[in-house]
Parts: sequence; C-alpha cells; structure tokens
Amino acid sequence: MSATTFPSEAPPPEFVTEPEAAAGPRRVRRWYTQPALLGGVILLALILAAAIFAPLLSSYNPITQNLTNTLQGPSAHHLLGTDQLGRDTFARLLYGLRNDLRIAFIAVLLPFLIGVVLGSISGYFGGWVDTVIMRIVDIVVAFPFYVLVIALVFVLGPGQRSIYIAITLIGWVSYARIIRGEILVAKRQDYVLAAQSGGLSSVRIMARHLVPNVISQAILYAMSDIVQDILAIVTLGYFGLGVPPPTPDLGSMINDGQNFLTTHWQLTTFPGLAVVIVGLSLSLIGDGLADIIRPGQA
Amino acid sequence: MTNGGPTSHAATSQDGTSPLLSVDGMAVSFAVGSRLAARIKNEQRFLHAVDGVDLDIAKGEALALVGESGSGKSTFALALAGLRQPDRGEIKFSGRTLPRNRSSADQRRIQMVFQDPYSSLNPRLTVGSMLRELIRVHHIVPPGQADEYCKEMLTLVGLGPDAMKAFPRQFSGGQRQRVAIARALVLRPDVLVADEPVSALDVSVQATVLNLLGDLRRELGLTLLLISHNLAVVRHLCDRVAVMYLGRIVEVAPTEQLFSDPRHPYTKGLLAAIPKLAASPPGPDDQGPAVVGDPPSPLRLPVGCRFRTRCPIAQPICEEQDPMLTTGAGDTGHEAACHFAFGGYSHPLRPPPTTQGNSGAGAGAGVTDSAPLTDAAGATSFPQQGD
Amino acid sequence: MTGPLDSPVLQVRDLHVQIAARHGTVRAVDGVSLEVNKGEAVGLVGESGSGKSMTLRAILGVLPPEAKITSGEILLDGVDLVKLPNHALNEIRGPKISMIFQEPMSALNPVMRVGYQIAEGPRVHRGYSKAKAAERAIELMRRVGIPDPERRFRAYPHEFSGGMRQRVMIAIALSCDPEIILCDEPTTALDVTIQDQILRLLAELCRDSGVSLIFVTHDLPVVAQLCQRVAVMYGGELVETGAVHEVLLDPRHPYTLGLVRSAPDVEHVRESLVPIPGSPPSLVSPPSGCRFHPRCAFVEEDCRVQPTPLRQLPGNRATACLHYERTEEALAADRIAP
Repeated sequence: MSATTFPSEAPPPEFVTEPEAAAGPRRVRRWYTQPALLGGVILLALILAAAIFAPLLSSYNPITQNLTNTLQGPSAHHLLGTDQLGRDTFARLLYGLRNDLRIAFIAVLLPFLIGVVLGSISGYFGGWVDTVIMRIVDIVVAFPFYVLVIALVFVLGPGQRSIYIAITLIGWVSYARIIRGEILVAKRQDYVLAAQSGGLSSVRIMARHLVPNVISQAILYAMSDIVQDILAIVTLGYFGLGVPPPTPDLGSMINDGQNFLTTHWQLTTFPGLAVVIVGLSLSLIGDGLADIIRPGQA
Repeated sequence: MTNGGPTSHAATSQDGTSPLLSVDGMAVSFAVGSRLAARIKNEQRFLHAVDGVDLDIAKGEALALVGESGSGKSTFALALAGLRQPDRGEIKFSGRTLPRNRSSADQRRIQMVFQDPYSSLNPRLTVGSMLRELIRVHHIVPPGQADEYCKEMLTLVGLGPDAMKAFPRQFSGGQRQRVAIARALVLRPDVLVADEPVSALDVSVQATVLNLLGDLRRELGLTLLLISHNLAVVRHLCDRVAVMYLGRIVEVAPTEQLFSDPRHPYTKGLLAAIPKLAASPPGPDDQGPAVVGDPPSPLRLPVGCRFRTRCPIAQPICEEQDPMLTTGAGDTGHEAACHFAFGGYSHPLRPPPTTQGNSGAGAGAGVTDSAPLTDAAGATSFPQQGD
Repeated sequence: MTGPLDSPVLQVRDLHVQIAARHGTVRAVDGVSLEVNKGEAVGLVGESGSGKSMTLRAILGVLPPEAKITSGEILLDGVDLVKLPNHALNEIRGPKISMIFQEPMSALNPVMRVGYQIAEGPRVHRGYSKAKAAERAIELMRRVGIPDPERRFRAYPHEFSGGMRQRVMIAIALSCDPEIILCDEPTTALDVTIQDQILRLLAELCRDSGVSLIFVTHDLPVVAQLCQRVAVMYGGELVETGAVHEVLLDPRHPYTLGLVRSAPDVEHVRESLVPIPGSPPSLVSPPSGCRFHPRCAFVEEDCRVQPTPLRQLPGNRATACLHYERTEEALAADRIAP
C-alpha cells in the first residue's frame, strides 16, 4: 500500500475527524499547464472563432457567383482570390469550415449517446442482450468505415440528412465497445454491489453510478471521432456525395480546386490546410485529456 | 444435501424466541468454464461455493463466520444480503421466507459492508450525495430532514458533518470504512453483514472500526454477521462463531467455547496456526504445521468428509460417511461435523500423527475429549502479560 | 542494533532513501541501521508507509526509478552495496542475497515453467548445465515441501495454489545458496493455515542451512513465530529494536505499545482495543522532533523539538523514545489490572 499523505492530526477524541475541504472530482488538474492540451485548445478556439464569426470576418456571400470575376488571385478585395464561379474563396473557406464543423460535432453526438446506452446495457446485463448487441457490433466493424459510409450515403442520396444517418448507424459501435469494456471492469467494484445492496434499480445504478465513472474513455474517443467525421464529410464531399452545392464544403472545395492546382493552388490547399489544422487541434486535445484523465482517474 | 442434522439449528436468542434470520439448506454454485462448450458436451462443471448451509442468527446477536479462502463465507454473505442468487435453500426473516427477488423493503433489512474500502465507495459521489440518494429512494425520512439525518449518521460513526461534502479519495482507509458503515446504517437495517471489514486496514486502525462495530451493536441493538479469516478479531467482537470449510459449516459454538474447547480438527488446526504474540520460533523438535497440505480443489471434493485429506485423525469411516453437524451432550449450542467431535463413536482408531492442539487417540473407544488449545512450541522465558 | 558476537552477514548503516514526488521529496527511509547475523531471522515491522519495504528494496538495489539512496552504507560481507554499479550487483543478487515477495503470482513468470525458473539461478550464476540445474531444482522443490517434484517441474505457476507458489518462490530464492534472504510480507496474502506452514518452513531453513532472513511484515504476532530479533519502523525511522519477546511483550516505545494494544490477540481478550489516534505522518514534511509525537499519549515538550535517534538500553535493545519509562509504567499498570 502506498503511503497515505493525509495530514497528521493532533490526537483528538478518537472519534471526530475533519476531512480536507472538498475540491471536486479530480478530473481537471491544472489543464493549462499541459502543453499538448493548451496548444490544442488554443488552436481549436481560433478555428471555432473563425467559423463562428465568419459573417464578421468576410463581407462576401459564399454562394454568390460572379462570373465576371472568376479565378482571381489573392488581392486586397479577395484575400484568397475567387474560385471558378467567381465566389470569394476566403468566404467559402470560413463558411465551409462552419458547416463541416457543425455537421461533424452533431454527427458525433448521436452515436455517442446510442453507443453509451447500448454499451452500458450490454456490459451491465450481459447474457443474450450482450451477445446480440455485440454480434451487431461485429458485423458493422467487419466493414471498412468509408466503404459503409459511402455506400449508405449513396443509397440515401447526398445531403446533410443522409450524412447524419449514415454516420450514426455506423459510428455508435466504437462507443458501445469502449463503454462495454469499461463497465465490465467497473461493475465488479464493490460500490456497485453496495448500490445493489441499497436496493437501487439497475437503471439507476447504470446511469448514476457506473456511466459517470467510465464516460471519460468515451469522451476521449469522441475527440478523435470528430476528426474522423470531418474527414468522412470531406471525403464524401470529394466524391460528390457530401453536402450538395452550392453550400460551401471543404471537401468539394478540395475536389473542385484540384483542376487548378498548378495555377491557383490556393483553391485546394487552404481548405486542405483547414482540415489538417482542425484534426491537429482535436488530436492535441485528445492527447492532453488522456494524460490528465488516466493517471488521475478519480 | 446439507450436513445439518436435526439439531443443526442451534440458534435461539437468550429469551428463547425464534431467530431473526434463518437459513435453511443454502447452496450457491458457479458454472465453471465455457457454457457453450458445456452445452455441447452436455456436461457442466460446477463450483459449489456454498454447499448446504443451515444457520440461524438471533436478534441482537453478533455471529462470526470464519473460514479461509475457498470456504464460501463471502458467497454466503452475498447470498444472505440478496446480492447473489442461491441455487437452493430458504432464507427466512422473522419466520417469513424471503422471495428470490426481494422487495425494496426487504432489501433494506440486510445491509452489507465490504472488504475493500477503496472500491466500495463510488469515487464520483460525495458522501452526502450517496447518502441522500439512498434516503430518497427508500423514503427513510421526509426530504426536508434528510440532511439532518445524514449528519446524525455520520456523527454516529465518528465522522464530522463536514464529511458530507467530501469525496471518498479524501479519506483514509479507516475513515472510508466508517463511511461505508454509515451508508449501510442509513437504511435502518435489522442485520448488518460485515465482510472482512478490517482486513484491508492497518493494524492500528482496525481497532477503531472494530470498536465502532461493537459500540453500534450495543447502541442500536444491531444484529451483526461478521465474516473474517482472523479469529482474533472474532473473539473480541462476537457471541457465537461458525467455522466454514469448503462450502459447509464444520463447527458452531459460543465464542469462548470455541476457543477453549474446539471440537472439529479443522478448528483446532486453525486455532493452532494463528500466530501468537508470545510465541517463539520452532525448534528442531517442532512437530510441524497445524494443518498440513493444501485444501483440495473445490471442483474435486473428497468423498466423505471434506477435511479428511488434511486431517490428523482421519479414519476409514471418514471416507465412507460425510459427517453431519451433531451436538454434544446437553444443549450447549456447540455443534461440530466430525465423527469424533464428541466421542462416543466406537471404532478402532489408528494412532494419529502428533499435531499441536490435537489430543492423542485413545485406543479403541474413540476420542473423548480434546485438549484445550496449547501454545505452539514451549513457554518463553518471559512473564506473560496478564490474562 | 547488534546481535551476538559473530560478525554480521549484513550491516546497514544510516540508510536514507528519498523519492522524488510531485508534491515534494518523500523521505521514505530516514536513517535506518540494522545488523543481521548468520542464521538469524530479523523482523522489520511497521504499518503502511513506514518505509519497511523501501528498506528491503534498497538493500537489494531494486528501488523504483523515482527512489534513490541518498546516503548510508549497506555492507554485505564487508562490501558496500551502495557503491556497486548494477552489473556488479547482479552478481550478488542470487548467490548472496535474494528476495521473496508478497504476491507470488506477479513475482513468478506466468509463461515459464516453474522448474526452469528455479533452475535459472544456478545456470546463470554457477554455470550449471541444464541437467544439473534441473536436478538442483527438483531437489530444492523437495526441500521446500512441494509434493511430486519431478512432475511438478514442468508445471506453470497458475497450476499451483498460493501456498505452493510461495514455496516455489522460496526455492528460487534458495537456488544459489544465498547468505541472506529478504522477505517482503510473503505470508500476508496467504490463509492462516498456509501461513503457518510457510513460516515453519522458513524457520527450518534458517536452522538447518544457516541462511539469514530479514522478514518484513505489518503483523506483529507473525514476527514472533519466526524471528529472534525485531526492529519496529515508523514514518521512515526505527523506533525500537531488540529481542522479539522483549519488544513484543515488554515494549519500550509508545508506538510499539500502541501496536500491541490495538491488535486483537487470540490468546488475550482485552476489554477494548485501543487504537492509535491520528494517522500516519507525511513523509514529505514529517513532524518535528519525534515523528510519533502528534499521536503519542505520553508526549512532552522536548518530544516536539528534539531529534530522536535510537539509544541503547541495557540488555541489547534500543529505543528512540525520550521518555520510555512512561511506556514501562503503562505496561506495569496493564499487568496489575486484570
């Protein structure tokens, strides 16, 4: 057993002790001192600011075409020039970022919720429920992610709704596996037995006692999942299966700009860079969180 | 099949009323190995953790359930508290059989304190949240009084009201056990089952928790079932002791009788094996350990008496007949499951190998009396502390 | 602490071990001195955080990476182990000192046959051939009471019970005939009846082959079953040393007294157990003066300020308590009251 560092007390009447002041569940421990986490957070904040304040940062409408002004290079009027239909690239970049981020964050939410719920049920109850859920998981996992997503969107028709549906149907399995694994371990802890002994219902035990203790792994995974979803949307856009034009979308921008790579490289490169930076920031956050959460697992 | 005889329900409370808790023929087993494979091969192996236990607990009594690993004592406790489903057997509370799925009210009656103070409290809940939840779910007191009630409970176990806002990690092991006891008491149970409550604590802290359990018993009239492998702890706290070995009870007796006059060879061996402060290292004439060999695998139990493979006085009859719990002369409440526990069995005996704490065999008539517990190896040259 | 006049096998002098931790430097072992003679079993007793395990690991040189010996000497047959580089220490570990641990399942390699693990030492340190080492392993298994050793040689650790695994560990520890075996709570995780067997086995080994032991435990009565001398540790320091029956039955330090009084003893039923109030000291900023003073019932002014090294008492024992007579008086009062 490790040494306890509880402060020594003067011999009181044997029975009364004073615990130190409550400091909250020890989850966020000086997060700003972790370089990875700090870097990621700053980067993400910048990106989010760019996306949220898009209307302020660019006065141009990203959809408005101006066929007299196509394929202009960067200038004082158009920071990144215009694309092949005369639309301001910078504005499209910002609004594209905005759309894609929004879709990605939302697209993570439903799989997260569904996966956590199904994973908890599976892990806690075991038995045939577990078997059924896990076999479904196995089936979904057997296919490469992109193959499934593209196939589903193709079937459902391109558009935002299809993207949400496709990603939700496929994405929940990872969360389910993670949570199930954590719950399998956590449910052996005595505090679960104690809760059962206290006559608490299974739902209550799962929701209030188990899930909060294991959710951190799912949150960590969600960080990388957002990145994956952004890439998926971008890929779908690249294949023409993403958000339909004229709505700006980083993937279709990359695709469209390909044709002009030698002359107007900024049309492809900057959307590409945006994707990379978003991915980087989320990865940094994920790494930083992992370092904090794991050793200090309260 | 239990080994309980007609007199195995030895418990009646002091005033002769029927016991508070009565367990009849309880068996709990676990399927071993892959169930799918077993279904295919059509042979499932079972580990009989608890294999036919009858036990009564009187109201207000402190009963100890003692045994080593594999004895089934913890499994029994979990089944008693409604946390494991037994395969067989009845548990009666005040004469009423408890159903397999207990109602909320019944679940409250028997509460448990667990061994590991570091995993038995939810790390994300403050003590106050945890207690309030239980009070709310069971409507113990009206919501307005919940906080007051919690603080009373915490004071009762020796923690200040500040503990309400604290998280488990801010407490030491001994304090956590007190929180666990408070949690059990908040539901106003009739029976408290404590599964090795002090084994994971430092020695100097164990006393605090043990004293607390003793005080609570007296103040609240609590009925206590104490599970322990440490007979010293048991002697200090309990009125009666039941010794388990490989899923069965092998001896039950009032505490002092068990220590001064153990009847089952396993109990004698257990007592002799306990390290004693006044002992000395064994010399060249040492007679060997109190109990030899390893316990048999619970999956392959010996035929007949389960202890015979390690028993210094094992005889052929021990393989032929599994001994039942029998009582000696008079109603002393002392039972043991051994053919030679109380003598009177006339079967020619082989002289047993000498082992501490065991009487020598009388030729012919069977063991009549067991020698009182003797010390390991000779006296020390120092005066003993007063007894 | 000195034993009989034969020259000691191991001498630890003023050992200091410190651990670099996030919240400060932990003074895990703070000035511990010990001597172990040939064939002697010395008990090292303390609760969690007392520094007893760290002391053992420092002797063997297997401290965790954050821990370091900051000063002191460890003399094995006159050679200072602290100054030896790791490769030189490797030649000593096995042939001269070995160690047995609390959890045999983690101390034994789960994917290596038991016999090979026992045979490894002689092969590496003594250049035995495979066959000769196997023979020695079987002989050792027999010696430590493992039945059917020829067959069990090829078994894996998980096929053994806890007690048997401990015997395997003891066999490994004995395999190169060391002079001293360090035991880190080897019986704590075992059932009482098995503990009894293992303790007797160790006592027999001490007697018959003259190997010395340092036996670390938090369980006072266990020390009585095996050791001739005992040292009690608290907060990284030694607080009392002496012959076992003297220290346990007639202590001269309030902490030892507290340990004895707070532990239920199967032979004596006390009216109530007297716990030691308070909690173990912080090893980062320990109390000034005597480390036990915040919890001591006999505390006086000088206890809070004066350093408390071990001082010799008549009759080959020592105590760190400035007012040990108070402990003596308390004991006398215990004896008068029934």
